[in-house]
Amino acid sequence: MDHSLLMAILLLSPLVGFLINGIRYKNPTANLSGGIATAAVAISFISSLILVADLIGMPAEARKIHVSFFQWMAVDSFKINAAFYIDQISAIMILVITGVGSLIHLFSIGYMHHDKGVTKYFAYLNLFVFNMLILVLGDSLLTMFVGWEGVGLCSYLLIGFWFSDKEKAAAGMKAFITNRVGDAAFLLGMFVLFATFGTLNIQEMNALAPTTAEASWLGAITLGTLFLFIGATGKSAQIPLYVWLPDAMAGPTPVSALIHAATMVTAGVYMIVRLNPLFIVAPNTMMVIAIIGALTAVFAASIGITQWDIKKVLAYSTVSQLGYMFLAVGVGAFGAGMFHLMTHAFFKALMFLGSGSVIHAMHEEQDIRKMGGLKKYMPITHMTFFFGWVAIIGIPPFAGFFSKDEILWMSFHSPLGSPALWVLGAIGAAMTAFYMTRLMCLTFWGKSRVPKSVHPHESPTLMTIPLIVLGILSVVGGWVGIPEVIGHSLGDIPNLLEHWLHPVIKPIPNLTEAEHSMEWMLMGVSVSLATISAFIAYHFYVKSPETPEKIANSIKPLYNLISKKYLVDELYFGTIINPLINGSKRLWMFIDVNFIDKITYVISDLVRGGGGVVRALQTGNLQQYAMLIGIGIVIALSIIIMR
Amino acid sequence: MLLSTILFLPLIFALIVLIWPQDKTIRHVAFGLSIVEFIISLIVLKDFDASSAQLQMIEKHMWIERFGIQYFLGVDGISLWLVLLTTFLTPIIILASWNSIDTKIKGFHAAMFVLQTAMLGTFLAIDAIFFYVFWELSLIPMYFIVGIWGGARRIYATIKFFIFTMIGSVLMLVAIIYLMYLTQQASGHMSASLLEFYKVKIPFVGGSILNLQSLLFFAFSLAFAIKVPVWPVHTWLPDAHVEAPTPGSVILAGVMLKMGTYCFLRWVIPLFPDAAEYWAWLFLSLGVIGIIYGALVAMIQPDIKKLVAYSSVSHMGYIIVGMFVFNHFGITGSLYQMLNHGVSTGALFLLIGMIYERTHSREISKYGGLAGVLPIFTIFFFIITLSSIAVPMTNGFIGEFLILLGLHKAQPVYVYFAVTGVVLGAAYMLWMFKRVFFGEKGELVKDEKHPLKDLSVREIAVLVPLVVLVFWMGLFPNHFLDLTKSSVNHLVTNKNKYYLEIKE
Repeated sequence: MDHSLLMAILLLSPLVGFLINGIRYKNPTANLSGGIATAAVAISFISSLILVADLIGMPAEARKIHVSFFQWMAVDSFKINAAFYIDQISAIMILVITGVGSLIHLFSIGYMHHDKGVTKYFAYLNLFVFNMLILVLGDSLLTMFVGWEGVGLCSYLLIGFWFSDKEKAAAGMKAFITNRVGDAAFLLGMFVLFATFGTLNIQEMNALAPTTAEASWLGAITLGTLFLFIGATGKSAQIPLYVWLPDAMAGPTPVSALIHAATMVTAGVYMIVRLNPLFIVAPNTMMVIAIIGALTAVFAASIGITQWDIKKVLAYSTVSQLGYMFLAVGVGAFGAGMFHLMTHAFFKALMFLGSGSVIHAMHEEQDIRKMGGLKKYMPITHMTFFFGWVAIIGIPPFAGFFSKDEILWMSFHSPLGSPALWVLGAIGAAMTAFYMTRLMCLTFWGKSRVPKSVHPHESPTLMTIPLIVLGILSVVGGWVGIPEVIGHSLGDIPNLLEHWLHPVIKPIPNLTEAEHSMEWMLMGVSVSLATISAFIAYHFYVKSPETPEKIANSIKPLYNLISKKYLVDELYFGTIINPLINGSKRLWMFIDVNFIDKITYVISDLVRGGGGVVRALQTGNLQQYAMLIGIGIVIALSIIIMR
Repeated sequence: MLLSTILFLPLIFALIVLIWPQDKTIRHVAFGLSIVEFIISLIVLKDFDASSAQLQMIEKHMWIERFGIQYFLGVDGISLWLVLLTTFLTPIIILASWNSIDTKIKGFHAAMFVLQTAMLGTFLAIDAIFFYVFWELSLIPMYFIVGIWGGARRIYATIKFFIFTMIGSVLMLVAIIYLMYLTQQASGHMSASLLEFYKVKIPFVGGSILNLQSLLFFAFSLAFAIKVPVWPVHTWLPDAHVEAPTPGSVILAGVMLKMGTYCFLRWVIPLFPDAAEYWAWLFLSLGVIGIIYGALVAMIQPDIKKLVAYSSVSHMGYIIVGMFVFNHFGITGSLYQMLNHGVSTGALFLLIGMIYERTHSREISKYGGLAGVLPIFTIFFFIITLSSIAVPMTNGFIGEFLILLGLHKAQPVYVYFAVTGVVLGAAYMLWMFKRVFFGEKGELVKDEKHPLKDLSVREIAVLVPLVVLVFWMGLFPNHFLDLTKSSVNHLVTNKNKYYLEIKE
């Protein structure tokens, strides 16, 4: 089939789904609206498969499908087309978005079955997929930005889906406004890059990128990429703009799986990979990205250890895992970043859906202190969650191991990396193993703490099928990117992913040949760290449940600080938001009410004081005023004429 | 004759309305007539030659020969869309007023039509005195609309409105007369034609305000800045909006404010290019202050209409900024933002009017949970909110983006301040949206015995054209920009020796 037709189907199918369900938004039938929405995304998935198959059939250097629909706007030298292109990087994204997206839509039919707003829900979900596809396929930064803000909007709508709850509505607003801070920086980045390159077309910019690195902090590319990265910290929930993501868990759980784990939040990483020829020549930006990524990975993981809400644990875990992706791209390992983005999409979507299955079974209970021993009631959910767990803590040969290991290795080995970054990454990995094991233990294993009134049960087939598919992907998903060092010793298994991405990824300058012994050693250290801390967690939460409490009590102030999320929200409110609101009130009283208007009064008083004539005129009689105005105009005209 | 027809037809309509015998059918008649006017104005669109930067469809007759004052009309890419905005909004406003205006219906519709002529005249007149007549004429019907059909403090608001605008106008009149005098000096015969004004070389000395060009520049600018309104002469606007009836607010925000910004492009910048360039820093600063100040103050308003009024101050700040960067992006963005603001803020005032008719309150804190009660109203309000906060694929984004792009190209420093408006704009609108539509049902919403009624067919008909425009302008801006391109290009490239030719 014609590429532009396929591209049109790929993009528009979810939009059509949105329009159909949007028009019949009052209809409460979950099966029908869910069917429409799922079919819409599935059609997109099929078109993506065909398109990617075509892409594979092309010679490696020429792999690109570019379709331009119409010119969006043209002002002088600034021309933007509604044009989209698939290359090796965006191919991965569209498969993840529409593939994992279809599964999550399917799951939602079961999960949202009894909700009155189910049709509206599916409409929003389709709209999200449409915007996400625009984001990843757009051929210029501005088209990308259209999707970028669009997904933020859908995220706002879905977080606040149950809007009659004030807290949930507030969470949606917080997400949008925090993202807007990042978006403002994204705009600045576009302005700087447009001034530098005279275009916002991604391929043109990548081709125009200089070959030598820019040393200055104030260089145009450094500045532009830094602004774009600030934009990414908003969308991808990194320090300092991560605060919205934990609150975003107010939305329905499948939304957390799709938007706040698998797709939207990875947009920042994707954007950097898509622009990798620009970022690689801005080493200062790269350093900032790597440091922020590593810090976020550890910081969020530490909060994850102290949370009691199943979704909050997963939310902080997502922030932390996104940190790893930024660490990867920050040290120039763009391929590793994409790799982790993909495997994370599998196992984190799996675990969010799994948590949805648990919440469903527990009658909307999210507190893991009231769970435990669910393994026996929910075998499929437990089994699939188990695969997610081994994948995220990095046990070979599950998906997360390969991608995380490659990130850690590159953070050490790359000339843009450093041992310090590796240490942060390894600490984060140990923490990840700890909080995920803790979550596993408190939810599925150990003694049941389920209240008598609740009777947990396995979820219906519609919900378990997506879990099983994602479970399988969490096991095998990493095998496309087996590192050379392991592949070699197992008999020349190729690193398919690296091979695939090779033509569109700029190599790291001055990268030396890897020392295999070092690589094996570091891999051994990080895997053992993860294993040990997983065992400790298992011991704490299954064998001797009183120990963690004792430890928490012995370091009470620190524990409280962490479990209150380092009081960052309070800090932002205390130092930015409240002063802004109070300041605005004072500003208004001072300038508008007390200053400018006072001057007006003084002037009018002067006029009044000047003579009773004026006062006599201010009768409030409108006809009289009108007459005076008329006379005034006549007098004015006569003055002109008489001159 | 086309432009004259468009210009004076509303005056005839005003007479028809006044002598119409049946009170009952007056609304229908007025609505029908305004549609006729809109359709005729579409002929201008059809006949307009987009490839030309010249003044088109001109009509020129000597009016007062001794002073060279002419009856002189013409349209170009700068004024074209504003003319259409005016004729497009008028039927919508008339249709929207069916419930909110219930006394002196005749007078109201007559005032609306007179106002329409005045606004069109301001956009079409190419002779300074002729222009001035329309500029001043627009005050009178507006004064009545607020003064007769307005809220409790309407007299205070009208007087404030009047004092502010009058101060500016008087100075402008002096400046116009002085310019006419200059034409006489230059060419031997006096003329009030703008085209002749363009040819006059006005001496300019930098570093001081006391030189001829700067003085004339400020005389004109003050009049227009008050109308826009530019911070700090904006305080009449919130009061006028709050006291005005819905149709008054819509026409005020939708078209009248654009008279100010349009005149900067038509009069101030081409007439006084050196002064405009020299004092650009001042207007850029005031514009940026307006963006931020308007947004901050909007955020804390307890009255929803006042909130939108202050948001206008913020949005108009963008337009001012875009014009004073003097490049393609900024000026195109400004022109576009004028239309956007007319559509979105006009729609916001209409929506506020609709809810006010149901609850008789505009206090945000008394609302809450409206989304669960009035779903259709919520959808419309949300779409317009998106347009107002410039989400891509809506009209607002194109304008705001181009303005900021232009600002960055010309004066990068300002853009770092202006861009905060992007965040604050989302903050005040979404916070308001949350308090009004989400959460528990507020005291005005929860009365279950008398549930609020969702939008009627008439109200939906009022809003649909605006929503269509929001997306049309957001998705296909070229349909609109293509017609302004030549004129903007001409203005940007020939700013310092601006001239306009007449298309035969």
